[in-house]
Amino acid sequence: MAFDNLFSEIVFWLLAAGSVGSAALVVHLRSIFRAALMLVVSFLAVAGLFTMANAEFLAVVQVLVYGGGIAVLVIFAVMMTRDVDQGNQSTAVQPVALALGATLLAALVYSVAQAEWALLPDSLPAPLAAVFVETPTRLGRLLLSDYVLAFEAAGVLLLAAVIGALSLVREREEREGEDA
Amino acid sequence: MLERLLIVSAVLFCIGLYGVLSRRHVIAILMSLEIMFNAVNVALVAFSRYAAPAALRFPGAADGAERFALAGQTLALFVIVVAAAEVALGLAIVIAIARRRGGVNISDLNLLRR
Repeated sequence: MAFDNLFSEIVFWLLAAGSVGSAALVVHLRSIFRAALMLVVSFLAVAGLFTMANAEFLAVVQVLVYGGGIAVLVIFAVMMTRDVDQGNQSTAVQPVALALGATLLAALVYSVAQAEWALLPDSLPAPLAAVFVETPTRLGRLLLSDYVLAFEAAGVLLLAAVIGALSLVREREEREGEDA
Repeated sequence: MLERLLIVSAVLFCIGLYGVLSRRHVIAILMSLEIMFNAVNVALVAFSRYAAPAALRFPGAADGAERFALAGQTLALFVIVVAAAEVALGLAIVIAIARRRGGVNISDLNLLRR
């Protein structure tokens, strides 16, 4: 059991360092393309963090949607734009942004440390332990009962996003002809 | 474990905030935004697993246990859906701007000011 704890400690710290470190590289690297690759590393490490919090289904969704779809989209968009190698420079407000981020981080860490949480026990009681074993089944039932309205709205939102994206990037040859 | 995950989430969120405010390339801003979405999801999943909803602290209230226990994960799922829609539209706008104006430097995108 002690070995098990040690192992999960090591895995947790590796994943935490991986997600935070690669996220820092995303905002630090000059090349947009390398930043996009680091973003994928960060997504995968966050998926690992999800599995450590008994959210295996969300980890799979994270790998599929972020590590797959969004990564491909971002890299595709990077290829469509110029200034990829040196493009990731900072604006004039960088010191303000740094100060704001550091202040917010200090406030968040302080409030996390100060708060008194009502925690679940480490070994879950019987009905709850079952919930975290068969998460996908329970999530599916919840989505089609309690949250069915949000579920349908999400479908409409995705449809609108796809149609909007298509109409935004469509080539308008006749219009460009008029402009010229 | 809850505190650790929340601190990882806070660090990720602040890195993302710094990136959104300080980067010049629009795609870099969108990537920082995705980091912020991820940070929120880490916090939601951590609360879902480790924080006890008030209803669960009473014995015999476990009938609707899964409703409360998985609320955080459900919300995280919807955050992922909205983030996917957001990134698809955002990148479409970036590509449209890149086609029309050549560059996607955020300092040059002041069309509405002129």
